[in-house]
Amino acid sequence: MRVQLLATCLVDTLFPQVGLAAAAVLERVGCEVHVPERQTCCGQPAFNGGFADEARNIARYTVGLLSQDQAPVVVPSGSCTDMLVHHAPALLADDPVAGPQARAVAARTYEFSQFLVDVLKRTDCGACLHDSATFHPSCHGLRGLGIDHQPRALLQSVDGLELKPLAEAETCCGFGGLFAVKMSEISSTMLQRKLGHVEATGARLLIAGDVSCLAHMGGGLHRRGSRVEVRHVAEILAATEPSTKT
Amino acid sequence: MSQPVTFHRRAAAAAADTTLQAKLQRATTRLTSSRQASFAVWPEGDAVRDHARAIRADVIAHLDRYLAQFAHALEQRGGYVHWAATGADAVSIVTRIATEHGVRRAVKSKSMVSEEIRLNDGLEAAGVTVVETDLGEWVVQLAHDHPSHIIAPIIHKSREDIAELFKSAAGASEDDVSDVAHMTAFARTRLRTEFIDADMGISGANFGVAETGSICLVTNEGNGRLTTTVPRIHVALMGIERIVPNIEDLGTMLRVLARSATGQPLSVYSNILSGPRRTTDDETLSEPDGPDELHVVLVDNGRSELLGGELAEILYCIRCGACLNACPVYQSIGGHAYGSVYPGPVGAVLTPALQGLGVFGELPQASSLCGACREVCPVRIDIPRMLLALRRRSVQEIGAPAWIRYGMRAYAAAATRPALFRFAVRASRAALGLLARRGWVTRLPGPLSGWTSTRDFPAFAKRTFQDQWRSGARQR
Repeated sequence: MRVQLLATCLVDTLFPQVGLAAAAVLERVGCEVHVPERQTCCGQPAFNGGFADEARNIARYTVGLLSQDQAPVVVPSGSCTDMLVHHAPALLADDPVAGPQARAVAARTYEFSQFLVDVLKRTDCGACLHDSATFHPSCHGLRGLGIDHQPRALLQSVDGLELKPLAEAETCCGFGGLFAVKMSEISSTMLQRKLGHVEATGARLLIAGDVSCLAHMGGGLHRRGSRVEVRHVAEILAATEPSTKT
Repeated sequence: MSQPVTFHRRAAAAAADTTLQAKLQRATTRLTSSRQASFAVWPEGDAVRDHARAIRADVIAHLDRYLAQFAHALEQRGGYVHWAATGADAVSIVTRIATEHGVRRAVKSKSMVSEEIRLNDGLEAAGVTVVETDLGEWVVQLAHDHPSHIIAPIIHKSREDIAELFKSAAGASEDDVSDVAHMTAFARTRLRTEFIDADMGISGANFGVAETGSICLVTNEGNGRLTTTVPRIHVALMGIERIVPNIEDLGTMLRVLARSATGQPLSVYSNILSGPRRTTDDETLSEPDGPDELHVVLVDNGRSELLGGELAEILYCIRCGACLNACPVYQSIGGHAYGSVYPGPVGAVLTPALQGLGVFGELPQASSLCGACREVCPVRIDIPRMLLALRRRSVQEIGAPAWIRYGMRAYAAAATRPALFRFAVRASRAALGLLARRGWVTRLPGPLSGWTSTRDFPAFAKRTFQDQWRSGARQR
């Protein structure tokens, strides 16, 4: 099956290895991966900041780009998927060209783990990783799209991976985009509570489906001098050797 | 009440207060797990929530009709109905009733709308002594404090805090405060005489039933029942949105309210009050018990402005407090930081909706938009949607700080022009690269410094994913 991979701006710039990993997993399960050129961002930072015009312009651009190909869109982020599935069609509802495009794109856009499990019906992707990990379900994927069992099922099928339960797993890590900067004191309090629970699991890896949360929690763990490292679900599924390098 | 303009400073101070957080986390964890447990053993719970939402949506869509029906039915049963357009109007109505009846002492059961309109201040100024009889509210009053939670007003106080207060402000002995049972008994004894001495009872109303003109009041302490039946006059304050069509719908609301608030199947006391004591020719309308007079003050205070607009859904709220308990922001800063009687997610919408974004403009920003509030709301109010609506309004009406405004404009320009985007990525990578050591930035400049106060920021990758992909890089 041909798929369009929308890497997202954060994967593109901060975590390119996540894009490569997602592509590798998709190819391994038989997809033909197409990465649309000229992709930028879904517009969520503007949308969440209250900048409706800017958000609408970016959403229009991205929806137009993704409309050049009828293949399903796979996004390694619950948050950006939620933006494309729910918010872009609402923002563009009155646009005679982009409105129908946004609705059509929304109907064939999937978060990475959701695509593997719900569309391809795959939970075993042939991954192998002898390590211990805990999983944080990111808020927008969890509550916006109901994504939780898919990444868990995929991770449980990884040969050698020991998954440890995380207390208050469904509580936000405190990222929230500009919130982490503008309300950094509140955001930090949320982060420290989350990281306390993460470290209490004794796991070596913290896995999530959104690199925004991973950048936030990873930055917090690094500041604390923690031995816990962060990984995207795609990176875990891409692993085929018993151990991974950083 | 402290000035709302300093929300950020209050929130920052609260976020650094580990003692406060310990209290908040203990209490909110207990309340959220009770809620969860009560819904877990209630298979039809989700369907009842859907039904409860439909009831609230219907009421808010036809509020004028239901209010008229409620007022008419209440008057039929001998009650007096008062319409207050503003909080000040409501205060003067209650004060006038008190003055006209020579009221010198009033007892009050818990009412958030009375806090909203600052009724106590108005009554005290008119020479009426007001005593709060909800245990938590009594503690708040003794401490000259403010409630910090909709249903648990002293969630910010520990048992030890209250023991100290009872000794210093209420004359309790060491024995009186030796444990919770003694402390409760002490309060009970003190408050019992207040009920007997009071000329007027003031309550809120959880719901008004349009069909019967009844008001419903739920409590767990029984103080509501004493407040509304012992004094000769009962004045109930109710926000105009708190209507349900009929008694059956009331039952639906009470079930989701109690479970969402405390995890109880029902509150200990659900009082349905249908008019004052009266004898009439029609025996079905006679009532041998209750106060001589019942007054219901319907408080608008900005609510009707929301009808038909994008924020009308916040009027569905039944004040259970579940969104506060579930909110990681509330758990981090408590209620006082919000600077309003309605804290937490519901308050972050309701307060600016009722009082404007002017002094409360920061509240809709105080959210990571995680959606935990929407998930637990008994009537499924989409609070994140309205926080976003308020943020848009804020950008349009007030404007964002310059660095965000220009930053957003630049980002939007780049995100719609791929060549510019690539250039901007390279420029940012270079700039961030100057600050980075071994892949991490430990100090970001200017307005971004908040991030690096407690966490590092990852440096940009040497090559973007798209560059790598284009040049044929593949992970094997």
